[in-house]
Amino acid sequence: MKFVFIIAGVLISVLTIAAGLIYVERRLLALFQDRLGPNRVGPFGLLQVIADMIKIFFKEDWIPPFADKAVFVMAPGILIATILLTFAVIPFADNFIVLDSNIGLLFFLGNSSLGVYSIVLGGWASNNKYSLLGSIRASAQMLTYEVFMGLSLVGVIMMADSFSLRDIVEAQRGGWFVIPQFVGFVIFFIAGIAETHRTPFDIPEADGELVAGYHSEYSGMKFGMFFVGEYMGVTLISALIATLFFGGWLGPSFLPPAFWFFLKTAFFICMFILIRASLPRPRYDQLMELGWKVLLPLVLLNILITGGVLIYTHSL
Amino acid sequence: MNTIFYIAGGVAIISSLLAITNRNAIHALLYLILSLLSISVIFYILGAPFSAALEVIVYAGAIMVLFIFVVMMLNIGLEEEQENKWLTPRMWIVPSILALALLIIFIYVLKEFQFEKTTADIIGPKQVGIKMFTKYLLAVEISAILLLAGIIGGYHLGKQKKKVLHRFIDNIRKI
Repeated sequence: MKFVFIIAGVLISVLTIAAGLIYVERRLLALFQDRLGPNRVGPFGLLQVIADMIKIFFKEDWIPPFADKAVFVMAPGILIATILLTFAVIPFADNFIVLDSNIGLLFFLGNSSLGVYSIVLGGWASNNKYSLLGSIRASAQMLTYEVFMGLSLVGVIMMADSFSLRDIVEAQRGGWFVIPQFVGFVIFFIAGIAETHRTPFDIPEADGELVAGYHSEYSGMKFGMFFVGEYMGVTLISALIATLFFGGWLGPSFLPPAFWFFLKTAFFICMFILIRASLPRPRYDQLMELGWKVLLPLVLLNILITGGVLIYTHSL
Repeated sequence: MNTIFYIAGGVAIISSLLAITNRNAIHALLYLILSLLSISVIFYILGAPFSAALEVIVYAGAIMVLFIFVVMMLNIGLEEEQENKWLTPRMWIVPSILALALLIIFIYVLKEFQFEKTTADIIGPKQVGIKMFTKYLLAVEISAILLLAGIIGGYHLGKQKKKVLHRFIDNIRKI
């Protein structure tokens, strides 16, 4: 019974946060750009999300006749499924976790690498040259940044001695991993932005060049799933940063542990939005160059130094 | 556990067959991904969670994305005529006979040796790592060198002379 309760709790909180982020992002972006943002529907425009949802549900769900129908319908589902599955291994509090697995972090990496398919296949199945260009960019970008995403976590894994996210949080009782693993944290953050293809790294859907990239042909709730999937991805990466580098649910005991976790996650979600508001989009080849020529050597150096220090301190 | 094993095995077999028989290249690849995922489930059940995770990350998540990438770039769609031209009986009869011989041996082996237990001890990531860097160190090193050779080869093939697209700079170079 408790198991069902935990699953329901995780599912409801993730979906609520992802939907609420649409409002939060628009308000915060407006704040950063010195305007008001949505403020007409309900108090402070809070009901804007509900209005948007009602609108998107009643839109015509159009599948283009030239599209590959089965793959076209399947693609948005893959995105939502892989992201929701990953939330199963994230500890919201000490015992508030769906699956405390000893391969938790690998489970996340596997799911994030499967998430690439939704974008690649969505663009291919649309049978549209802009969509195809978007998905070709997406597959190269996400394959590249997946490599650093995995490697940037190796330092954390070595220090915590475990792949289980619960053990990683427990290992941070002595101090957050962001201090010894600062390089890992920065690279994970950059790779996280690239994996969720948010604005500086949204070249798969660069609206200036590619109409809307891989989801040009999508409409109605299928587009809505891509849209909400992006916010769920942001929530996921923020939750992982909070868990892996900032001590997860740990914090002073005058507030419940889950509250600390949500607070840290919310902070990084706001960072995602702030980065979107302030940075321009790089060119495609610049993105690849940054990845392979700067981040890869840095992350390998980080692993080497972490390993060296760990061996040195263990031998003392 | 046994039921899950048979379900996953059945999915693996059916999706592999569909991957071979499907005429659409991308659909065939999708069935292949499904087959790899069900094999990962089998790994997990047999007590190798680390291998299961690697199967998803490396095979289903990285290598198959590259396959799809190439198929998308080459724009391979329904190419029945070409396949019919290539697949003459002379091409497939000898391999089928060889494969049939292997199948007979496989069925014989399965019949002779009874495998009662489908669940073994669970091998965690730590044991895998320790074994890789002690007992199987040589294999790890050799595969690392092989990968290095692949990277250097790829770099050599992909290397291009820098093109200068401006005629003014181009003229200076000529002088």
